[in-house]
Amino acid sequence: MQTDDLEQKKLVYLYLMNYAKTQPELVILAVNTFVKDTADPNPLVRALAIRTMGCLRAEKIIDYLSDPLRACLEDKDAYVRKTAALCVAKLYDLKPELVIDPDNGFLDMLRNMISDSNPMVVANTVAALTDIHNAAMSQPGASPSDPGYFEITSAILGKLLIALNECSEWGRVAILNALARYVVHDEKESEHICERVVPQFQHVNGSVVLAAVKVIMIHMRGVYREDLLKQLVRKMAPPLVTLLSSPPEVQWVALRNINLLLQKRPEILANEMRVFFCKYNDPLYVKVEKLDIMVRLASENNVDALLSELKEYASEVDVDFVRKSVKAIGQTAVKIDSAAERCVNVLLELIATRVSYVVQEAVVVMKDIFRKYPSTYEGTIPILCSNLDELDEPEAKASLIWIIGEYANTIDNADELLGIFVDTFVEESYPVQLQTLTAVVKLFLKKPDSSQGIVQKVLNTATKDCDSPDVRDRAYIYWRLLSMDPAAAKAVVLAHRPPISIPRTTVPPALLEELLGEVGTLASVYHKPAETFIGKGRIGADAVRKAGDLGEDQFSAQKALQTVVAGQQAENLLDFDDSTSLEGQPSGLAATQVLAQTPAAAGLLAGTSRNPLDDLVSIFGGGGPLAPTTPAVFGGGAFGGMGLASAPPTPAVGQTPTAAQPQQEDLLGLF
Amino acid sequence: MISAFFIFNQKGEVLISRLYRTDFKRSIADVFRIQVVSNSDVRSPIITLGSTSFFHVRVNNLYVVAVTKTNANAALVFEFCYRFINICKSYFGKIDEESVKNNFVVIYELIDEINDFGYPQNSEIDTLKTYITTESIVSSAVIPEESSKITTQATGATSWRRADVRYKKNEAFVDVIENINLSMSAKGHVLRADVDGHIQMRAYLTGTPECKFGLNDKLVIDKNEKSMGDAVELDDCRFHQCVRLNDFDATRTISFIPPDGEFELMRYRSTSNVKLPLRITPSVTEVGTSQVQYTITVKANFNVKLSATNVVLRIPTPLNATSADCKVATGKAKYAPSENVIVWKIARLQGGQECTLSATAMLTSTTTRQVWARPPIDVDFQVLMFTASGLIVRFLKVFEKSNYQSVKWVRYLTKAEGTYQIRF
Repeated sequence: MQTDDLEQKKLVYLYLMNYAKTQPELVILAVNTFVKDTADPNPLVRALAIRTMGCLRAEKIIDYLSDPLRACLEDKDAYVRKTAALCVAKLYDLKPELVIDPDNGFLDMLRNMISDSNPMVVANTVAALTDIHNAAMSQPGASPSDPGYFEITSAILGKLLIALNECSEWGRVAILNALARYVVHDEKESEHICERVVPQFQHVNGSVVLAAVKVIMIHMRGVYREDLLKQLVRKMAPPLVTLLSSPPEVQWVALRNINLLLQKRPEILANEMRVFFCKYNDPLYVKVEKLDIMVRLASENNVDALLSELKEYASEVDVDFVRKSVKAIGQTAVKIDSAAERCVNVLLELIATRVSYVVQEAVVVMKDIFRKYPSTYEGTIPILCSNLDELDEPEAKASLIWIIGEYANTIDNADELLGIFVDTFVEESYPVQLQTLTAVVKLFLKKPDSSQGIVQKVLNTATKDCDSPDVRDRAYIYWRLLSMDPAAAKAVVLAHRPPISIPRTTVPPALLEELLGEVGTLASVYHKPAETFIGKGRIGADAVRKAGDLGEDQFSAQKALQTVVAGQQAENLLDFDDSTSLEGQPSGLAATQVLAQTPAAAGLLAGTSRNPLDDLVSIFGGGGPLAPTTPAVFGGGAFGGMGLASAPPTPAVGQTPTAAQPQQEDLLGLF
Repeated sequence: MISAFFIFNQKGEVLISRLYRTDFKRSIADVFRIQVVSNSDVRSPIITLGSTSFFHVRVNNLYVVAVTKTNANAALVFEFCYRFINICKSYFGKIDEESVKNNFVVIYELIDEINDFGYPQNSEIDTLKTYITTESIVSSAVIPEESSKITTQATGATSWRRADVRYKKNEAFVDVIENINLSMSAKGHVLRADVDGHIQMRAYLTGTPECKFGLNDKLVIDKNEKSMGDAVELDDCRFHQCVRLNDFDATRTISFIPPDGEFELMRYRSTSNVKLPLRITPSVTEVGTSQVQYTITVKANFNVKLSATNVVLRIPTPLNATSADCKVATGKAKYAPSENVIVWKIARLQGGQECTLSATAMLTSTTTRQVWARPPIDVDFQVLMFTASGLIVRFLKVFEKSNYQSVKWVRYLTKAEGTYQIRF
């Protein structure tokens, strides 16, 4: 250890770092050398020693750390100071009391270092203070109104703005993050911050650009001058587009964020759709995101270009991507009235290719178009029906059946077509059964004379031979309606449906605002609030609701969820790692996603009942009462997870009561 | 915040493992192996399991992985991974399993230096090379005064430059390199044509020179400003950290103190008035179900004095092609069955020159009804002394206290690598 060879020293230190945790009593032997090294004439050695000491993580070392650390914080060499600043954060992680204790004065020293003449020191100090602040805030019992250990005052603001222009790229990100937290006092201050931050858009590092976007999006809220607002938005567009020429992973992060920004300010990239055209060799996750953004940017001016692109994509190899492209055509049709006809023509061309999955997706999409533009494209129905044999997926089948039911009076052989599905009724999946049931009843209401037989048959089968309670229930309701009061049945079944439209946002406005304050982070990539996946144990029912409203098309998040479910075993490994902090943390990503999919489970989470059996009944009995908000996170994660893992409901009911007790603890640990 | 940093090989074996924070144990690496490396269907670069997020970048046969438990800045994490990759490339010439295994001591030194407690630190390659060395980059034994110099440089306001640089001959080389992106529809419409350019500079200048950089006279750097006919328009540009962004924002001047040696001064993007150096006219017809006939013409659309080199066209064939018969007057064409493409290589293409390939691909009959997806034709090439955007370097002024004369060299290169795509 006492060698003069720096490289050798580094290796020895690295060795110590790795073994300090298991052999604390041996590490103590090295302390003297460490302390000596912190006073070495060579600044590199001093910094190395203080950096390593912070990483040793042995209780006994700490007592020897305070004095050298204090000395290093005041070292004449900036390199040592910047290393020491982070070391304070390390110390806090190990033993918070030591740092907070005013006698030691670490926090005050750090706060003073914000005025350091060296921008790198300032940046690291900001990083350390933020780290300590966040760690303290996430402690149970910390109230969000508490200023915490790092309150950014206007005096600090000025220093940060000065350091921002001089420090390294990573330092800029740290400072920009701190700026984002600053609470402005008046409009002038907001304007000032925005003006000072805008030049950062030109930085070569994508994370600096996104951090700058974040600061601007936050402080723009305080800006009311029209011309300045316009200027800010205008300046934001080119750097965002430039991020698309970064490596694919960075691109993807940028795209997810652009998607968010567009929901707030659709005008930013209004003329830039072409840059989002997919390249043939883009990775799939980039393509899917680009597709989403293209639809978002679609307008009457660019719809032709968009459609010809989408048609091109629909002939590519990857099934997922092709499906999304077809779906995008449908969304465009629903979004832009004047382009609907062109979209339908494209869809018909695609159906003519007779590629199974393309046809199926096109049928699903056509259903939406029929919903949006009722009785406009009836001419296409024969073509759709001629593809009946091709369909083997439930959603496509259900869509076609819906179309047949809806236009039963204009399709001559509707009863024949539906007859095919009635014959195979019990073999079909539940969504198809439900759709068939409804369609046949519609047919009966529209053409009572010719379809007496078929409606009898379907109601019989549905009530007697079907094992889904939903299907049976619906069949009984129809039956009773039809037998008691056909007029009422008409009013119910043939009711006028509200028109559909493409929502401008996929996340609720409140969440959108929150996410825009997190541009560049994981939360903004997943389009979910951070609590849902970092699991700090603070998810209230409200937050869950919000998350539950998320759109279905969030490919990546879904994927992540599937991985979560599939990899429960692996997760055990994760959490055994960290036995101290995870206990009783209810739900991660998994729970909320599950909730989004099974409304009954949402009832369970929000419900006050804690009896697992009751809750299970409400899951599988359909539509459990949505009791008001108590953050009853208790069993939510665990049972939600099971509901999804075992899709057919009946076996799950049988297995759960016994499994509930032992598994509960297990599963709770998981999230 | 990055809690842990790993490098895996293709089999999922851990090559490098460094835990910056204590919220994980080393066994976290096993989770990544199970979830990502051995999972063939990973479709996102970020995987979140429970509250743990794995960020991974694949490079050659390696996975570079960062792990975090917080709501980390995703852009920063990926930028950091790529920075690490670049540093390795610069240190070892390449990054792959072999070079990581051979240099693992240096890599540990590096990842300790560029990241402390999960926060990225100074990662300027030139500065790092002054105090983290391999055999190939030898610096003299570290004496205290010298190391203070290093630390001042690593933290200073101009962290990218030492103060005492001295050269006999003061030279600066400027390379303007443009990557051209094109997608052209089957009908010959340009769907998208833009240029990602960067200006690479190698500065061998004494002292602390102040540089000023000038581009075309008619240069519009903000699209929304009034454009002037044939002016070169840049949609966006971004600069190396040495460029004073405030000056640029206010007066549009590019002034800076350059790092010593090679660096990327500027990156820009341009979408208007893009000159396409090669014009490809494909005509592909499917004759029945057993043959596809190709006639592809390439025309060089630039000054006769210039020439395109290393032109490679990759022309896709249907998946069920068995053989292809190619006829070319210029260059060489070969069918590559493993990739389902006809590769046509032309070593040199003079400006104005035109050449044609005619080929016939024979198909076997298949049972699938899937129509051929017709992936685009991909063209790679390089043209020296040509910029697709029309950008020119007007001047590079160097001011230094000692007022020496300096020599400047400018080169232009336009190239396409996998981004010049023509549908048919």
